[in-house]
Amino acid sequence: MKLHEFQAKRIFARYGVPIPKGEVANTATQAREIAQSLGKPVVIKSQVLVGGRGKAGGIKLARTPDEAEAIADQILGMNIKGYTVKRVLVDEAADIQKELYLGLVIDRERRRVVMMASSEGGVDIEEVAATKPEAIHTTVIDPFLGMRSYQAIGLASGINLPKHLFRPFTQIALSLYQAFLGSDAELAEINPLVIQGDGSLLAVDGKMVLDDNALFRHPKLEEMRDLDEEDPAETEARVNGLSYVKLDGEIGCMVNGAGLAMATMDIVKHYGGEPANFLDIGGGARAEKVAAALRIILSDPNVKAVLVNIFGGITRCDEVARGLLTAIDEVKPNVPFVIRLVGTNEKEGRAILAEANFPTATTLAQAAQMAVAAARGETL
Amino acid sequence: MSILVDNNTRLIVQGLTGREGQFHAAQMQAYGTNIVAGVTPGKGGQETLGVPVFDTVREAKEAADANASIIYVPARFAADAILEAADAGIDLVVCITEGIPVLDMITVRAYIDQTSTRLIGPNCPGVISPGQAKVGIMPGNIHIPGPVGVVSRSGTLTYEAVAALSGRGIGQSTVVGIGGDPVIGTKFVDVLALFEADPDTKAIVMIGEIGGNDEERAAEFIREHVSKPVVGFIAGRTAPPGKRMGHAGAIISGGRGAAADKVAALESVGVPVANHPDEIAELIAERLN
Repeated sequence: MKLHEFQAKRIFARYGVPIPKGEVANTATQAREIAQSLGKPVVIKSQVLVGGRGKAGGIKLARTPDEAEAIADQILGMNIKGYTVKRVLVDEAADIQKELYLGLVIDRERRRVVMMASSEGGVDIEEVAATKPEAIHTTVIDPFLGMRSYQAIGLASGINLPKHLFRPFTQIALSLYQAFLGSDAELAEINPLVIQGDGSLLAVDGKMVLDDNALFRHPKLEEMRDLDEEDPAETEARVNGLSYVKLDGEIGCMVNGAGLAMATMDIVKHYGGEPANFLDIGGGARAEKVAAALRIILSDPNVKAVLVNIFGGITRCDEVARGLLTAIDEVKPNVPFVIRLVGTNEKEGRAILAEANFPTATTLAQAAQMAVAAARGETL
Repeated sequence: MSILVDNNTRLIVQGLTGREGQFHAAQMQAYGTNIVAGVTPGKGGQETLGVPVFDTVREAKEAADANASIIYVPARFAADAILEAADAGIDLVVCITEGIPVLDMITVRAYIDQTSTRLIGPNCPGVISPGQAKVGIMPGNIHIPGPVGVVSRSGTLTYEAVAALSGRGIGQSTVVGIGGDPVIGTKFVDVLALFEADPDTKAIVMIGEIGGNDEERAAEFIREHVSKPVVGFIAGRTAPPGKRMGHAGAIISGGRGAAADKVAALESVGVPVANHPDEIAELIAERLN
């Protein structure tokens, strides 16, 4: 789960990372009031869950409360990469002398949390990694020992930070690590971490991605989820315990198991079709879950045919067949279906479908070809 | 004969008294797996499916002389269950549970690496040596004994490949689901090494997917250390970048982990990569002849 900048920075601040004074505004008038009370130049920052806000014109400096109101009015409602700006963060403007990068990620290959620092802040770290890899310094964190001070000092020295900043930098690095652990994050980034004119360090921008699998132990963080920023179909999928990703094709796919769901998309493409989605109904899918899956697939107007591919291990085919019939009865779809059920209780499952006159396939290749044909309007 | 599990496997079921645990334990028993004990904290002293239940893995292991364990406990307790099994000295721990927080798995894996325990999973279908033992949730009836070792990051996609093999009369030595999480106990290279050393495995199927670079590592390993024919499959050729495709580990991020790179890595070391699951069996059949 991605957090907004203001949410990430508030979490960082709670763990001791210095952030600019500021507040969130939903209207231009509120933005003016915040600027007024801060009594200094401010930065108006759109709060949407995509990168490149600055380039899109979603981050601007305002010297006076009047300007703050005018700029907020401009930014609110703006469309940034498909996301409508519904709020802005009004932050006291920093006195930027230099921009650094400080971030924590999970390194899959090393199976460790890794902290990265760079003297090249304020730009996308992946860009720095590609163009100037020597500017990125990393330290690998032992899960039993946690992040240690010497590791932070090693980073500070590596990026040639002025020595009088080693101590505050170490403090920020350790705080960021605690914020990362305490929130079960997959990514926590301060970019830029700014050296100000008075020599202090300030986390001007923040980004955080949380581990969805760990949200059960962070109900307060889960409440931060911004449903406005999520595709409604993806929201419904999540609420129903389904995994769904919308794509651009015309063949809706309902599959059990992530690997098989991907392979099903791939084989649709192999036989000349385009998959409309990834959807994994997971293990032990019951009727209600299957019905929800079907509603989600059919909410996409591009879908011209649906391919159901169930290989039963945990998921029992008769359950799936009953679920399908219940769902079809409820949703009354007007697109053709191709259904393939194999595995645990497959005979019972197929019998249930045959009784209801649904075309079934035995192999995946056959099912995919039938679905592609059906989407083209050919009769099965 | 096989790798990891066989007729000598003496299995503990952690979470035996739960709904899923009980369902799959019954299926494993029906397949012939020797389940010697169950573990559910607070339910020690009971009996389920004719098997004694203990409060701790240590008690179960001592009383029943177990050498393997399978875990069906919910995600929030699963990391603890793995550590308990490793701490009790179980040789092989198979964790079926999906949804364990990744920071938990980093700690678990770091601990496991200091012990002699081998962990398979989590978020996997388990391990089966057809005709000998099934330690997992796969449908046993699609498997037949034979010469092909299968290793895979997915569950149902593996069943698909196995069914295609069996459909052509090609049996399997052992089928290992290593799991779809970013941090797992046993990787492709570990299983490839076991298959290479197993005299009864004549050919290997490796089923990967988008995310991470374990397939690329496996390709390097195959070039250096595997003499047996290997056939590959990579799921997610149509997956968009930046989106998690069901499995926690199946995501193309920062330009890394795309299917095309994995296919290229495998092909560069002479491993043919199937376009769809049925083709896996065709390619294996050609190589066995």
